[in-house]
Amino acid sequence: MSTQIKPLPFDAENVINFSSNRREPEWFKNIRVKAFGLAQQLPLPKPEKTRIEDWNFTNFNYEFNGTPVTSPEELPDDVRKLIGEDEKGSVLIHQNGAAVFRNLSQSLREKGVIFTDLSTAVQKYGDLLQKYYFKTSQIDKHKLTALHAAMVNGGTFLYVPKNVQVELPVQSVSIQDAPSSGLVTHTIVVAEQGSSVTYVETYLSQSSVGEGVANVISEVYVGENARVKFGVVDHLTEGVVGYVNRQANVARDGSLQWALGQMNDGNTVSENMTTLEGDGSSVDIKAVSIGSGSQRQNFDNHIRHVGKATNSRLLVRGVQKDAANSIFNAVTKIEHGASKADGEQTQRVLMLSEKARGDANPILLIDEYDVIAGHAASVGRVDPAQLYYLMSRGIRKEAAEKLIVEGFLKPVVDLLPIEGVKKQLAGLIERKTR
Amino acid sequence: MAVPELKIEDLHVSVEEKPIVKGFNLDIKGGEIHALMGPNGTGKSTVASAIMGHPKYEVTRGRATLDGKNLLEMEVDERARAGLFLAMQYPSEVSGVTNADFLRTAINGRRGEGNEIPLMKFIKTLDKKMNLLEMDQSFAERYVNEGFSGGEKKRNEILQLMMLEPKFAILDEIDSGLDIDALKWVAKGVNTMRSDNFGCLMITHYQRLLNYIKPDRVHVMMNGRIVTSGGPELALRLEKEGYDGLKKDLGIKDETVEA
Repeated sequence: MSTQIKPLPFDAENVINFSSNRREPEWFKNIRVKAFGLAQQLPLPKPEKTRIEDWNFTNFNYEFNGTPVTSPEELPDDVRKLIGEDEKGSVLIHQNGAAVFRNLSQSLREKGVIFTDLSTAVQKYGDLLQKYYFKTSQIDKHKLTALHAAMVNGGTFLYVPKNVQVELPVQSVSIQDAPSSGLVTHTIVVAEQGSSVTYVETYLSQSSVGEGVANVISEVYVGENARVKFGVVDHLTEGVVGYVNRQANVARDGSLQWALGQMNDGNTVSENMTTLEGDGSSVDIKAVSIGSGSQRQNFDNHIRHVGKATNSRLLVRGVQKDAANSIFNAVTKIEHGASKADGEQTQRVLMLSEKARGDANPILLIDEYDVIAGHAASVGRVDPAQLYYLMSRGIRKEAAEKLIVEGFLKPVVDLLPIEGVKKQLAGLIERKTR
Repeated sequence: MAVPELKIEDLHVSVEEKPIVKGFNLDIKGGEIHALMGPNGTGKSTVASAIMGHPKYEVTRGRATLDGKNLLEMEVDERARAGLFLAMQYPSEVSGVTNADFLRTAINGRRGEGNEIPLMKFIKTLDKKMNLLEMDQSFAERYVNEGFSGGEKKRNEILQLMMLEPKFAILDEIDSGLDIDALKWVAKGVNTMRSDNFGCLMITHYQRLLNYIKPDRVHVMMNGRIVTSGGPELALRLEKEGYDGLKKDLGIKDETVEA
């Protein structure tokens, strides 16, 4: 063996006990045990140009509790602000993986919408969940996906039945505050044929975590002619190493919109992958991030065109300050048979400091003739002409830079459907650019 | 309150090591409007950019003061806060930043922390000035100059001028690319600014603008310096004879500084 494999800090018995304590069915326990075996053997992922061998993905506490609350007033201030006073949408709040507050409107329940934490879903909706669990992402992809399947300790299940239109956004907030904790959460969003839903997930870790881990996988199924908007605000603290994997599969004439606000303060590996399986399906991805301090991040955005006349748009905007270092990869793959596919990607990285590094790598892989594909990628500094223009109106240099950066990231902030979440992302941007 | 004064003495400016402005002198007081005319490539816009502090323009000699304060030692934003404004020939676009946010940041930058303009007052003032310039209300929420036509950009410059109320404004070819209606709106905006506390230097090729904004003094620039000055009648003469008559009188063959 050429690569050294660090032993995991838990054993198979821990995994079995953990599953038993959570009163999980056999099938789920079996996945855990099998995945644990894989996690011991499989190598870490190999994100391009980012060395992650010495990042701590594996050493964490996986068992802890949340304190259930009965009304939003008992929630921490920053969480309450997120869901807002007058938001009437459905909300699920997790603390360290455990659901502590939930609100699903009566009318959605009556229409058959399921919105619950993963642990409840495993027990109550096992048959349904099983059809979707780890079907877009593979358990044996690498060590981190396998570790995820073995140690998953939280998550959300949202199921929208056929032809049901969910008008108000559905929101999930995950707070991580237990010391040295590992947040291993698995989210599944299913929009059946002809349905529509807007879902927003927020990950917030608190400084009380210290050195911790987040291993987040979200799977999205967009059925035939269904529409899903998926919004994200990630904010893991400096000591938390993050592996974030969001995958989607879109069926015939379905459409998916990703709005990703990736504002982690710690080292992060992010994989976002969408497969346009059905003919006429489409995806629109907008992602923003800010690298600060001595952060290392790797953002991988993949789009696979399988169906005919599929359409993809990818817009990535990243800001790099201090001594941050981020790699942005974008892959648009058009498979053989995906005729009339149309894929376009744009990645722009704005550098605010001499010490920061940012790479944007655009990749088009095309196995079909009758297609349109385009890419644009740029890494640059703040335009001196813009800066001069703003300063000539009496705006100080730092304030002018801040305006330019906020404007640069605005395309994603504007897309987030919940006012509280929008404000939160704007606030994080402001804090990270200060 | 003393009348403001912008004083430029023996200004020399180089761009990428190449001398463009060679001994430029001008004194403008509050209440005065001056026109700076001249053919293309004689250094007019270079004077404007150098006074504002564009990083590409290097002042190699001379002085520029506003109310006795040395502008050349100040950063761009400090010059603006000292009371200088430049309506630019090619204003930048700033994506994602609304005109309203931009203007409010600029105004508050001048007023300082703790003395920010109340939001309602800002909105009312902005509405009023946009109406005067015949600008649609949607301008406030559009991103700064993004997707603006040439004429819209020019009007936006004047809107900023009216909102920021500087002591001195330099208008760098504010009339270029404007149709007659837009020219009238721009002129109306500038004319409302007229007071003893406001001085203005208009850079233009054409007499046309001066029909709508009456200058007190007209200067002609060639070879990087002012070669002659006069009253409004000088602009009328140039309109009739072109610059050639003047060149002959002054014995100038090539008036440009760019080789």
